[in-house]
Amino acid sequence: MIVSVASGKGGTGKTTIAVNLALALEGTMPVDFLDCDVEEPNAHLFLHPVLETSERVTLPVPSVDESKCTGCGTCAEVCAFHAILSLGGRVITFPELCHGCGGCARFCPEGAISEVPREIGVVETGWAAGPAGQARGIRFVQGRVNIGTALAPPVVKAVRSKAGLGAGKDGGIVIIDSPPGTSCPVVASVKGSDYCLLVTEPTPFGLNDLALAVDMVREVGVPFGVVINRAGLGDDKVAAYCRQESIPVLLEIPFNRRYAACYARGGQLVSDFPELGDSLTGLWRRIRAAVGPLSESLPREGDTAR
Amino acid sequence: MKELLVISGKGGTGKTSIVGAFAVLADSKVLADCDVDAADLHLLLDPTVRTTNEFWAGKQAVLDPAMCRECGVCAEVCRFGAINGGGSMSVRGIGSVDNASLPKIDPVSCEGCGVCARACPHGAISMEDVMSGHWFVSDTAYGPMVHARLGAAQENSGKLVTEVRREARSIAEGQGLEYIITDGPPGIGCPVISSMSGVDLALIVSEPTVSGVHDMKRVIELAHHFGVKAAVCINKYDLDEVSAGQIEEYCQSEGVEVAGKIPFDEEVVGALVRGVPVVAHDGRGVGIARAGADGADRSGPAGFAGRTEGKAARAMRQLWARVVDCLKG
Repeated sequence: MIVSVASGKGGTGKTTIAVNLALALEGTMPVDFLDCDVEEPNAHLFLHPVLETSERVTLPVPSVDESKCTGCGTCAEVCAFHAILSLGGRVITFPELCHGCGGCARFCPEGAISEVPREIGVVETGWAAGPAGQARGIRFVQGRVNIGTALAPPVVKAVRSKAGLGAGKDGGIVIIDSPPGTSCPVVASVKGSDYCLLVTEPTPFGLNDLALAVDMVREVGVPFGVVINRAGLGDDKVAAYCRQESIPVLLEIPFNRRYAACYARGGQLVSDFPELGDSLTGLWRRIRAAVGPLSESLPREGDTAR
Repeated sequence: MKELLVISGKGGTGKTSIVGAFAVLADSKVLADCDVDAADLHLLLDPTVRTTNEFWAGKQAVLDPAMCRECGVCAEVCRFGAINGGGSMSVRGIGSVDNASLPKIDPVSCEGCGVCARACPHGAISMEDVMSGHWFVSDTAYGPMVHARLGAAQENSGKLVTEVRREARSIAEGQGLEYIITDGPPGIGCPVISSMSGVDLALIVSEPTVSGVHDMKRVIELAHHFGVKAAVCINKYDLDEVSAGQIEEYCQSEGVEVAGKIPFDEEVVGALVRGVPVVAHDGRGVGIARAGADGADRSGPAGFAGRTEGKAARAMRQLWARVVDCLKG
């Protein structure tokens, strides 16, 4: 079972929910944690994983063999991302704009373009121990996009590709901590999950961005429910919106300065506040009931990154 | 004219509340909301939309079933996993009997590169323009504002940011305004990079949490990478003064000024619930502008009307004064 945690608005508690859900379930089933917020990955600050592998994530970008190039300009015409220009018989490439579609190399009539890897980030894997204290309790994967690199989705896909084979089935859980917003990196994180938790806060910002996230997750076609964090802090319009849209509110976590202080210093809420562990186990049961039995025979779209 | 960008790395640190305060405090400015996939500034500034503009960017592959010979080339050449089926790669027998082996193009995964359309030997795929969202020019009680809305699950947020900035600059130039004040997106990726190029100052809003500190470091690095002058504001600094101290030390070591420290104040949430900036024109309590407008009793955590403004609002005034100096320097 793959559960993604997303939000629209940043800072509503995605990482808090994702991390503590993993900790609450550790020891009861195989748990994979994938931090797909590759621009600002934070889960490691709370899970303290021991990292075992680190791989470069690369994108294939063009390299032009000038001895073969006739300056015909086909490559520049093919490129939809303006990553290759043909000027006065010379070709100039802009690797930072390249999406790695391979069009220029494929359609160059002279075979003058080959593809070379350009590093855009890293993906790391390891293990985190939770309250159950198992040395290899939570399998941990995170990605980090290099500073100055605009292309997060390929790094997200690389993280997704590391989901454990066993945990993705009925017997375990893959928890995906997604980035904020509603655009490409979020879609790459949420797509292909069995359920999406939308974490929000009961303020006008929280409500506005929840509605945008609902549009996104409906577009992507993943079943979803809402977690209201810091309940009691603002107003009750988020709950009213969910009722009106028939969106299940699976959990409300009250605003509590002690929770905020625990988060601020990188603490694990389920260790300091056992009642939250129970709430999160209940959240898992409600997700499980909402998804129903998973068929393992059908491949799921978006499950496999290339 | 000076362009100020307010960003944070981590979301939810208070960017928009601070931009809302600056909207009140700055005299001559245009406001731009560049958080195009989750824009919120309009909730504080109550804009009246003057013009709505379609944002067309990018293309999408569309299959003509009548032309398709189900050879499967398109699915083979697509690097984004956006085409399933067709020819030998298709999963036959699922779905309807007709079109059982037609390739299926997933618009969400398609990046619009056009390789499939060029590669198709039968000319069955065309590239169609996509409307990815809207951008708006509005009037607010605090001056003109440019904002946008990216379509659900759409790409090209960076280009939409560029569009919003271009329009904001043209308004500022046309009306001879002193400042462009931009509410930026979270993260350090494509829309942030598009928001940052060439601004006069990036004000980074941090908070004293392990994530706030971690994300601030990445966004300071990003500003350095692009040669943009940065300053930091520590929001809710009194929630954890030890972490706040670490932020100050780090900034000092990086040569980045801490331009302000704002205390935690429930009035910020109160103002947000009322839909007004936390700083009011007359220096009195927030909520006056629209008190009772919705008929609801909002005496809330603090009954604002008629009170002098709170500690967060006062700190934001000082922050703005300092930011003005930074922009001059």
